[in-house]
Amino acid sequence: MNAEVAAATVAEAAPEKKEFWRWQENVWFDETKNWKDAKVITCGIDVGSVSSQAVIVCDGELFGYNSMRTGNNSPDSAKNALQGIMDKIGMKLEDIHYVVGTGYGRVNVPFAHKAITEIACHARGANYMGGNKVRTILDMGGQDCKAIHCDEKGKVTNFLMNDKCAAGTGRGMEVISDLMQIPIAELGPRSFDVDVEPEAVSSICVVFAKSEALGLLKAGYTKNKVIAAYCQAMAERVVSLLERIGVEEGFFITGGIAKNPGVVKRIERILGIKAVDTKIDSQIAGALGAALFGYTLMQKQAKAA
Amino acid sequence: MIANYGYKDGSGEYYISIDTDKCIDCAANRACLTACPKEMFEMITDDYDDEVAWVKKSNTRTLAYDCAECKPAGGHTSLPCTTACTPGAIKHSW
Repeated sequence: MNAEVAAATVAEAAPEKKEFWRWQENVWFDETKNWKDAKVITCGIDVGSVSSQAVIVCDGELFGYNSMRTGNNSPDSAKNALQGIMDKIGMKLEDIHYVVGTGYGRVNVPFAHKAITEIACHARGANYMGGNKVRTILDMGGQDCKAIHCDEKGKVTNFLMNDKCAAGTGRGMEVISDLMQIPIAELGPRSFDVDVEPEAVSSICVVFAKSEALGLLKAGYTKNKVIAAYCQAMAERVVSLLERIGVEEGFFITGGIAKNPGVVKRIERILGIKAVDTKIDSQIAGALGAALFGYTLMQKQAKAA
Repeated sequence: MIANYGYKDGSGEYYISIDTDKCIDCAANRACLTACPKEMFEMITDDYDDEVAWVKKSNTRTLAYDCAECKPAGGHTSLPCTTACTPGAIKHSW
């Protein structure tokens, strides 16, 4: 066998691995505004276990953001997230008056003036995104899940977090996406393409849910039916967390899984409540809340001066 | 604010709830800090600048085991933490 044929054979034997779990990274800014007109510019950086976001707020209003996958370490992830949006809008770090870090890696944001927990920041962000009627927030993060109650100002009144188990988290959905070899953004819509809604997979553990999903495929389930069973399990799982603190009207979902209608609509069906809609990317809620905290702190400082 | 620290897994739900409104002006002189044999509680300044107790991060994923010796099977008739917290800020879910 000559070298050319050997290389072709190897390439055929090991095709490029497609990353079905890879979700869309996103940079956005409000083109109708100019940040140079703002008196106070604040930034929120949310370094999560799976994704990192940087949000720029000008005079208390959302101006732009960058949402990307978290890298090997928190400081670099924070820098990259911020650099992404600053490059897009021609801003420099010294143009920003106050930076608040939040999320899993909040204490490792090198240029942050303050670190605030993601619980408080998600509540504040949800209050901005969904309005002051939001009372119950479900944050379905990359590797944890939080249920939060807040008041009309977005101040937390009750919270619960589960960061021990990956069931009901974005990472769990990524695992199923790879297993089914279906792009993660298609999982939600495809979960409704079934003749009869299947029962939820019985395992709440991601590892066992994966093996149960494989068993269902072998038993003749279509991929769509397996996805539906997994989405239902995820919905039931997070609803049980929500029920621990109670669910009030003004229900809002943040985090990446808020973009998955297969899970969201099933949660709504179980709870009998429709989640508040928003046009803003649900993944930026934490960073947005952090930037808004920064704005409030700047205002307090100005008043005190 | 009600802060719930703990987790839910295949074996059950294990949460310690702290009502921070009752905790801010502690009438028990922060007795929870010494009452817990595992010293799981510590004081923090929360996101709203209130000084309150919380469950140490290192314990929040192992509560079922950390609290086991204080449960009835360990010979206790009442939990040392909830007994010490006379304002009634601390509750266990299990």
